[in-house]
Amino acid sequence: MIMDMRTLIPSLLSLILLPALADAQDRWFTKSGRIRFDATAKGSPEEVVGNHPAIVCVLDTKTGALQFSALVKGFQFKAALMEEHFNENYMESTKFPKAEFRGTVLDNASVNYGKDGTYPVRVKGNLTIHGVTREVTADGQLVVGGGKVAARSTFKVPLADHAVKVPKIVADKLATVAKVSVDCSLEPLKQ
Amino acid sequence: MQFRQHLLASILPLAITASASAQQTDDLLSLVEKDAEPKKEFVKSAFKSSRVINGHSMEFLSPGVMDFRILHRFGLVNQGYSNFFGLDVASMRMGFDFGITRNLMLGIGRSTYRKEVDGFVKYAPIQQSTGGGSPVTVALVAGMTVNTAPWANPSVRNYFSSRLAYYYQAIVGRKFTEAFTLQVAPTLVHNNLVPLVSQPNDVVALGIGGRYKVAKRIALNWDYHHLFNGIVAGQNTHPLSLGMDIETGGHVFQLHVSNAVGMNERAFVTETSGTWTNGDIRCGFNLSRVFQLGKRKPADKSW
Repeated sequence: MIMDMRTLIPSLLSLILLPALADAQDRWFTKSGRIRFDATAKGSPEEVVGNHPAIVCVLDTKTGALQFSALVKGFQFKAALMEEHFNENYMESTKFPKAEFRGTVLDNASVNYGKDGTYPVRVKGNLTIHGVTREVTADGQLVVGGGKVAARSTFKVPLADHAVKVPKIVADKLATVAKVSVDCSLEPLKQ
Repeated sequence: MQFRQHLLASILPLAITASASAQQTDDLLSLVEKDAEPKKEFVKSAFKSSRVINGHSMEFLSPGVMDFRILHRFGLVNQGYSNFFGLDVASMRMGFDFGITRNLMLGIGRSTYRKEVDGFVKYAPIQQSTGGGSPVTVALVAGMTVNTAPWANPSVRNYFSSRLAYYYQAIVGRKFTEAFTLQVAPTLVHNNLVPLVSQPNDVVALGIGGRYKVAKRIALNWDYHHLFNGIVAGQNTHPLSLGMDIETGGHVFQLHVSNAVGMNERAFVTETSGTWTNGDIRCGFNLSRVFQLGKRKPADKSW
């Protein structure tokens, strides 16, 4: 196949331009996203709250793909024993070290990533906790501003959905549904 | 023909880039989680408690945690119904252990048996860890006991040093699986004063302890100390305890049967008198309740 300049130039151009266009701030990420869950039973004086300061989140603004990942052992609690029980008895974090969400921003088309503002979105995807994957839908916000995209959401996770059993003896302390809040401030991902 | 060539040449790179980016979108996380080399991480929860049953375990309290321990050893089971299989009689030890750092803890306790006060320091220079760390934990324990009972013979000159005894242990343990942990603990007990001339002041023993988790909150434990010297026929023997750890929220109950009555190293290593084969065994329990004294990383309340 002999190429003359007329064929070579457009093909070279597409080679150079297309990947550049595809990556033009399409992907945003953080490794220091925050997540918190609150599984305190109603009326219990003992707070069952875990904080995670370093979850990973990646957003592809072109496709709307949104993924989170958290090392289960990274959750921090007020009491060392609570943290131990969380890892040992409930999440079995040696066996299931990661919790993940892989989904899409359903109304990605309505978000103008080029314009500062707060965009309410609905996210749908697969949530894997304790080795059990469930399809979930959650409402959240994408906040564009200051050269960053913030992804925020609060949603509920029934522990039974992920085979996390609550023994009767702690039923007055531990709720059966955990309230989960996520806050990730995403920066451009440079490849 | 030239047009077709033209088209092919410009579409080909397009197709390649498109397929490349489609592959990447499947797993966005892998783009940033490249540094997935195993991280060094200390192995935790080798035992449910910082004691196997009687002896120290390779487990440490977390920093800032106080463990309030109440230990009971009942009377001999073979006393039968008249003493309700030993439950009418009880010897106890009350103690407080403190976690200082992840590999340093200390504790103090007092037993009714010989009115003994004991204290210890436990330090692990090496801790078992995953991701290229040590396969075992090595923990060193140094302890001291003070007998505060009235002098057996007040008419002779008694020295305070006679009340003292010391013990040293090197625990080498490994959590083999989530369920199974095994440790060995070479132990030296030094009594400043022994009751019989035939008894040595220094007793060397090897502790062999382990646990097998049968459910998330229940484990079976065994704790044996083999004495290499210092056994006087009819006086003392090797202590063996078999038990079960039950975890209930903030408490750990360690229920067991044992031929030992002592609840510190000096007492159970050198003064275990019952023999299993004669049925000289006792029921007993350790109750452990932990309290978070020190503040942990403050929860981020800014959001």
